[in-house]
Amino acid sequence: MAAHGGTGPAQMISLRGLSKTFDRTIHAVVDVDLEVVEGEVVVIVGPSGSGKSTVLRCINLLEVPTEGFVTVDGFELLDPKTDIDHVRAEVGMVFQQFNLFPHLTVIENITLAQRKVRGRSRTEAEEVAVRQLTRVGIPEKADAYPRQLSGGQQQRVAIARSLAMDPKVMLFDEPTSALDPEMVKEVLDVMLELASEGMTMVVVTHEMGFAKAAADRLVFIDEGEIVEVGPPEEVFSNPTHQRTRAFFDKILY
Amino acid sequence: MGGEKIKEPRGLRPGGASRVRDEKPWWDTFPWWGLFIALVLAWMAVQIITQDDYALAWERIIPGLRLTIEATIKAFAIALVLGLTAGMGQLSRNVVVRNVARTYVEFIRGIPMLPLIFTVALIVVPETSDYINARLDAWFGFTYEPSFQMRATVTLALIYGAYMAEIFRGGIQSIPPGQSEAGRSLGLTRRQTMRSVVLPQAMRAIIPPLGNDFIAILKDTSLLSVLGVLEITQRGRQFSASTFKFREGYFVVSFIYLCLTLGLSILLGVLERRMTRDRKGER
Ligand SMILES: Nc1ncnc2c1ncn2[C@@H]1O[C@H](COP(=O)(O)OP(=O)(O)O)[C@@H](O)[C@H]1O
Ligand SMILES: [Mg+2]
Repeated sequence: MAAHGGTGPAQMISLRGLSKTFDRTIHAVVDVDLEVVEGEVVVIVGPSGSGKSTVLRCINLLEVPTEGFVTVDGFELLDPKTDIDHVRAEVGMVFQQFNLFPHLTVIENITLAQRKVRGRSRTEAEEVAVRQLTRVGIPEKADAYPRQLSGGQQQRVAIARSLAMDPKVMLFDEPTSALDPEMVKEVLDVMLELASEGMTMVVVTHEMGFAKAAADRLVFIDEGEIVEVGPPEEVFSNPTHQRTRAFFDKILY
Repeated sequence: MGGEKIKEPRGLRPGGASRVRDEKPWWDTFPWWGLFIALVLAWMAVQIITQDDYALAWERIIPGLRLTIEATIKAFAIALVLGLTAGMGQLSRNVVVRNVARTYVEFIRGIPMLPLIFTVALIVVPETSDYINARLDAWFGFTYEPSFQMRATVTLALIYGAYMAEIFRGGIQSIPPGQSEAGRSLGLTRRQTMRSVVLPQAMRAIIPPLGNDFIAILKDTSLLSVLGVLEITQRGRQFSASTFKFREGYFVVSFIYLCLTLGLSILLGVLERRMTRDRKGER
């Protein structure tokens, strides 16, 4: 797995002084600094409502930060000259609720943006789609509609849909939280493989097994602030902050 | 039962017929209303065929059908464009666009149809066309005077455009935000996301009420009669007033409207059922 720090790989994501306030009073994210280098896997954990999703959504500007700077692959997102659609095409996002397009078949879900954004031909886009579906293990579902699939299959299609765009970064927002327990593994397996192939990933999850296996760094967020950052084993076994300890006491057996 | 006295739920007879409680006799669920309307329509048809007075009324009124249908289709088409524009306008990021759309919708929805028709046809259209005609005349040497039929049709379109704006807005807003977020995060533009992701899904919620509006427009073309447009109602009025055969005149007018609206709602029902069936087919 990619190293970080020093003169290692290039910087992929940089959040500097990031703050997001909703309705002038809800401080969802407060002065967050975070750098993610190419090939790095960062897992974000924290209590519900602590601002994890908001941080993630600022990385592709689904939320516009109130303050601070966001740089992705060298593009300054808040610079009005930046073409945000261009950057978003390079940043895959996987949602808790899958958000597949229910009126389109699996293959149409995966080819839509390839054709409209990447300008690929139908045949080319379908080739890519089948390749990605094979990679996530369900090539036989190409012509199914999302509602005909199990939750785990839907989430894998959502991952395939993002990967078909050849993204440089993948963002995951609690990708297994809406799944029945027996389907969590099939999704995590796909993510683990992706991590081992060197994809740059930022993952919000409560799956500590995944964090241990795949994360280069674990970020603990509470009340919109980064409380602690470090290698997962270290943060688990030896948290330096009381708030981190209290959180893990609650979620770990 | 062991001799115990148990209060039986109504309709459930112990040891009685094997009838399930929810099952109702055929005459309870039979669409008597449909039969009744069919009988009335059949009776009307017989009158028109056999009775000279009804036949005369029919002859005098039916030429208005063309105008009624023409006005309905034109008004519906214009209203669709207005409705889609104003509906999406209300969801625009641009504060001016949003407020212009909202003003239009609230204005129209707050005024009854009849005064609106008079206002638009007798004040707004003449004054704007006077203004435009002055320019046209000065620059190109010709003028255009919109007919009353045109004015009334445009008014109907303005009114239903405002109603449809709400249908479009509601349909678009009924799609969970996660759908457009997924589209945008794949790099689709706002426009592409609207066209390929949101609108196709919203159509399911939009088409049935639009169909109802089509029928409503058809009925409301009768208001064109107040401007003297010779559609069905106006012809019925003229016939009745000149012959004093009020019963024949208005029966025939109602008969024609009923045939049109019932036919359309049956058609709509089929369309809706097909839409839901397609949806089940996806399961
Ligand atoms: N669109 C929004 N409008 C208002 N408040 C929001 C919005 N999105 C999130 N919040 C608030 O911001 C805080 C952080 O939310 P979120 O980032 O979703 O937390 P997490 O993902 O860690 O559960 C919460 O208090 C939440 O209620
Ligand atoms: Mg969240």
